[in-house]
Amino acid sequence: MANKATGGHKVTRRQVLKGAVATATAAAGSRITGFPTVWAQNIKDIKLVQAGGSYSAIIDIGRQATKDLGFQVEMQSAAHDALLNRFVTQPNSVDIADMEYFFLYHLVPRGVLHTIDLKKYKWWDKVVPIFTKGEYPDGRKVSRQGVLPFKVQYVENPESKKFAKDQTRWATAIPTVYNADTLGIRPDLVKRPIDHWHELLNPEFKGRSAILDVPSIGIMDAAMAIESRGDIKYGDKGNMTKEEIDKTVKILVDAKKSGQFRAFWTTFDESVNLMAAGEVVIQSMWSPAVTAVRARGIPCYYVPLKEGYRAWASCIAPMKHLTGLKLDAAYEYLNWYQSGWQGGFIAKQGYYSSVPETAKKFLTDDEWGYWYDGKPAKSDIKDPYGNLMEKAGQKRDGGAFWERMGKVACWNTLMDESRYMVRKWNEFVAA
Amino acid sequence: MRPQPPGTSRVTLTPYLLVAPLTAVLIVFFGIPLVLVVVVSFFDLDKFDIIPTFVLTNYSELFGSSLTYTLYAKTITYALIVWAITLVIGFTVSYFLVFHVRSVLVQMALFLLCTVPFWTSNVIRMISWIPFLGRHGLFNQSLIAVGITDHPLEFLLFSNFSVVIAYVHLFSLFMIVPIFNSMARIDRAVIEAAVDGGASRARVITDIVIPLSKTGIALGSIFVIALVMGDFFVVKIMSGGQSSSVVAAMSNEIAILQYPPAAANAVCLLIIVMLMVAAIMRLVDVRRELSG
Repeated sequence: MANKATGGHKVTRRQVLKGAVATATAAAGSRITGFPTVWAQNIKDIKLVQAGGSYSAIIDIGRQATKDLGFQVEMQSAAHDALLNRFVTQPNSVDIADMEYFFLYHLVPRGVLHTIDLKKYKWWDKVVPIFTKGEYPDGRKVSRQGVLPFKVQYVENPESKKFAKDQTRWATAIPTVYNADTLGIRPDLVKRPIDHWHELLNPEFKGRSAILDVPSIGIMDAAMAIESRGDIKYGDKGNMTKEEIDKTVKILVDAKKSGQFRAFWTTFDESVNLMAAGEVVIQSMWSPAVTAVRARGIPCYYVPLKEGYRAWASCIAPMKHLTGLKLDAAYEYLNWYQSGWQGGFIAKQGYYSSVPETAKKFLTDDEWGYWYDGKPAKSDIKDPYGNLMEKAGQKRDGGAFWERMGKVACWNTLMDESRYMVRKWNEFVAA
Repeated sequence: MRPQPPGTSRVTLTPYLLVAPLTAVLIVFFGIPLVLVVVVSFFDLDKFDIIPTFVLTNYSELFGSSLTYTLYAKTITYALIVWAITLVIGFTVSYFLVFHVRSVLVQMALFLLCTVPFWTSNVIRMISWIPFLGRHGLFNQSLIAVGITDHPLEFLLFSNFSVVIAYVHLFSLFMIVPIFNSMARIDRAVIEAAVDGGASRARVITDIVIPLSKTGIALGSIFVIALVMGDFFVVKIMSGGQSSSVVAAMSNEIAILQYPPAAANAVCLLIIVMLMVAAIMRLVDVRRELSG
């Protein structure tokens, strides 16, 4: 551990810190007033606890941050609901909240997060414009169905509990990992091309399809399928009216009663096992789960669909209770987070970084080509731990970064009618 | 209470002091949280906040929804089926151990054998059923190999069947232990007398063994019923998420911070389980039999 380091190491650490400050100042010019010159000794006693999902609060990232920054970063991971409950009921037990964007709907009005001053954050102009402006680089607007991160990205002032309509100096959180989700299939068992979301409800796959049992995400996948079949035209899939929820759940219940679904899964491993065991041939899935099935030598394909993707995005934010040196350390950490190491690490798991150009420095040309540019891999593609993910010659399902992220149909969400929705979802599961 | 001997009022404090530590622990870690749950169940909530007032919306929504009745019907059905099966298993296993195994050493060895599966975690024991019962699982492959069926049986996994199997597997021991315990204390002389008097084996079971193991049966039933009523994990995993339970619905509500409706649901479940336990206690005076 860093705080047990010997005197000899301290010098190195201070040099690293000085280096970091120097780069930060150089990169941001006069914008940054400089970090307190009293970093000195007490910095090593600081410990930041980051709590997040298992896919982003990764212990290796904490270790690397501890090494690079000279203070300790501890990662704790938990499931979505446990996290949300912890941020709200025990905000002081966490220093850095690591969460999906729709959490902000719960957290910002409750005032448990520290509003981020973008003047102290050096990568903001390099962040993918989906987050900063709600646009693609070519100026097209990103789908606003569900919680588009831009809708909850800014507040008017540091004390505000309402989201700002436009860009301001005050950010609610810093975007980290994100991806575009779609259906996973077993091409060897499906035996024909799949182009539309409605195939999820196609009786051809009766008893062999599955969706995920997280109400707020599962209902989005269901809505994509139902809209694609033409049963309902939603005003906003991400914020359904009670009638829309009723109709959606009715269709789902009918499908369930006719035996359409083999299972509803809740964890990553469940989805992998369902697919690998052949219990299911078409289901909602996460990108690394698809690769996990393939890594077992079983064909699995993450199909790009005509209607587009259901996107999600994670973000990190310091908690409100941070002050003084600890808050400075948190800003330092946010800046480190997007400086590339983390982006390179998660890219190798199939996720995107919100500052791709720094991540690129931590990937080989071949890895960058495979994960971001949709090019065929020249050599075997490995995950961050060196396990084989993809054989040479393979291309990423769905193609390049903008081919995937450019076709977002909706975002993971928190609806106004969420209470009603969860009640109806419970009815569906119990039906 | 025994009548108090005159002039020894100091002595009567002792029992109260003896129970004081336990009472304190129970009040702090059980009583207060429970009261809080009851209080919260009357709170209101909007999208972001829990509003401390007194409303009955949580309860009216709970009782006004057909979902509640479906869930309770489902959960109680599971509880009754599992109770019946574990009771038969618990009774026969205990009966065998107590009356058919002569050597006490062998008896204890076999009894410990019953607990062996419980040396691994609950979760692992449950999940190991999945590859066994799956579409391409061991059991289906064996059935096909033997020629009993030509296509895999789908009802084996992610169904009510697999949920019940997992429950029975997980909870049988809770029935075996108390029944074994009360059967072991039956005086053999009573049975010998009955047999000498010409009673058949069935008669001995119905007139002697069952009445004298009532305590064990009641205790085991309380364990099994309370465990099944309070479960959401087994039902979620073994039904592949296709079935639900009262607690599963509660956990979905808590997931999006809807504490008041979840609390109302919890209060309701608590009352129902207490009624079930009370009914069992009414049939069998567990305390009297235990001390006797």
